[in-house]
Amino acid sequence: MDVAATRAPMRLVTGLAVALVILAGLAPVLPSYVVILMTEGLIYAIAAASLDLLLGFAGLASLGHSAFFAVGAYTTAILVTRHQASFGAALAASIVLAAVASAAIAILVLRATGIYFMMITLAVSLCAWGLAYRWVSLTGGDTGIVGIPRPRVPWVGLASGTLSFYYTVLALFVVCLALYLLLIWSPFGKTLVGIRDSESRMRVLGYNVFLHKAVALVVAGAFAGLAGSLYAYYNGFVGPSAVDLAHSMQFVLMVIVGGPGTLVGPLIGAFAITFLEKMVSVFTERWVMVLAAAYVVTALWAPRGMLGLLRAAR
Amino acid sequence: MEFWVNQTFNGVSYAALLFLLGGGLTLIFGVMKIVNIAHGSFYLVGGYLGVALVAATGNFYLALLGAALAVAAGGVILERVFLRAVEGDDLRQMLLTMGIALFFQDACLLVWGGDPFNLRGPAYFAQSVKLGGFTFPILRLFMIAAAGVLFVVLWWFQEKTRAGAMVRAAIDNAEMTEALGINVPILKMAVFGLGAFLAGVAGVVGSAFMGIYPGLDFEILPYAFVVVIVGGMGSLSGAFVAALVLGLLDNFGKALFPEISYFTLFAPMAIVLAFRPTGLFGRA
Repeated sequence: MDVAATRAPMRLVTGLAVALVILAGLAPVLPSYVVILMTEGLIYAIAAASLDLLLGFAGLASLGHSAFFAVGAYTTAILVTRHQASFGAALAASIVLAAVASAAIAILVLRATGIYFMMITLAVSLCAWGLAYRWVSLTGGDTGIVGIPRPRVPWVGLASGTLSFYYTVLALFVVCLALYLLLIWSPFGKTLVGIRDSESRMRVLGYNVFLHKAVALVVAGAFAGLAGSLYAYYNGFVGPSAVDLAHSMQFVLMVIVGGPGTLVGPLIGAFAITFLEKMVSVFTERWVMVLAAAYVVTALWAPRGMLGLLRAAR
Repeated sequence: MEFWVNQTFNGVSYAALLFLLGGGLTLIFGVMKIVNIAHGSFYLVGGYLGVALVAATGNFYLALLGAALAVAAGGVILERVFLRAVEGDDLRQMLLTMGIALFFQDACLLVWGGDPFNLRGPAYFAQSVKLGGFTFPILRLFMIAAAGVLFVVLWWFQEKTRAGAMVRAAIDNAEMTEALGINVPILKMAVFGLGAFLAGVAGVVGSAFMGIYPGLDFEILPYAFVVVIVGGMGSLSGAFVAALVLGLLDNFGKALFPEISYFTLFAPMAIVLAFRPTGLFGRA
């Protein structure tokens, strides 16, 4: 038992390290549009993995995660275009504001559990979309905020090239990944899993369930804010579509398509959905139809995702 | 004075539309305990079908009934074929309704294109009634009357009939209700159909009121969800009161502070959740 428990993380770390070496080494020889897609995949992977902390590990099926992604994206967009903020400042402000928003929302939504929690977090994200859409003086409304330049990164300089920006995102991705792993292996992470499996048992054992859930929401919100900030730099444009229902649900789909509660699954799910969208869009205008099919197929036949199917096949 | 009377009247008529939308969603949530993201799609499909049926028959009321019944039938089929297959798993049901919503979004775009439509009601909808120096458009009066009648009928059905008692029992405890020998699966199918019917009615009435265009399905969804959460999930009377409160707030919000009008949606929800997490009329 103990041997297996220590061996599994070792295998996970080795696998992730190999994947990272491939991601870093392959980029210079790949066509630039693939590298651009990989950049997007990495940004969504950071966001999807942060949602997995909630959905997979803590059992908090939040449908409003895009709200914090959007707080990060808008914060960066506004600070960079209107106040010429540096990369570090914009990133830090995005993370902090997303965490603060997450804490405020946590107090409201954590009194509900299960299906009620899903319903309320969805309503929160719908309202966040409404604010992005209507609060024109702050967010630019439907036109959004355009003209966000690529960041000036320490040691790299202006990361305006496809590769330099990709490596910037990859470096931050590695930092996030390391933090995610530390988090799920920490006593805090184990406690979240305990709460997911039986809230009443953990309460009886003396754990402060509310506080653990609230911290999980704040931490996940902070990571989503970071991903949102990178998205603003990547896209050069932030509009209400960053926080709309389809976007919010797409994070949930990425987590479940990969395999909730596995951390690695959502990373794969984020890449899979990102690449699928671009590849399908080449052949047909009906991407939304394909996406609809992806939701239905996942719901009916793969509720534990690709990793779940693999595990079942073994 | 005129401003307040007009805005109050507009708010109440908007509330009528919100009740039709949220009332169906709250019934579906109450009995089935699912997050029905496809509810906005029922509205959208109902609206487009209404436009098509008015063009085909020339009769608004026939179109209203036909479109709502068609949406209800579609809802029953969706419940029977898809939702039942994943019963008992919140996340899978939610993913499924999201897939259904995206499907109808794209299908409507394919069939009706990207241009907005206006549903032409009877000629007298464009006229208005003058009363004590104020004018009340007949279309808005019709919306209020339709929502009022449907609320009374639904309330009577739920509180005074045997079938309504079964619905109330299923809302409180579906398992126990089933153990008492009541056919809960049929009940769920019927309630899903009824909720879809109400959304279809809302779609037709709403299209006569503010037109119909792609993206409206997700645009009206926040209102439906907030009505359900503020009113108390599963409570018809709660949805009625919440729709009234939100319709008025939204209307005055839009008139007085157009920039932050979505705060009038978010703020009441936040306040209710902070002090009464189960909603105004909800039971834990």
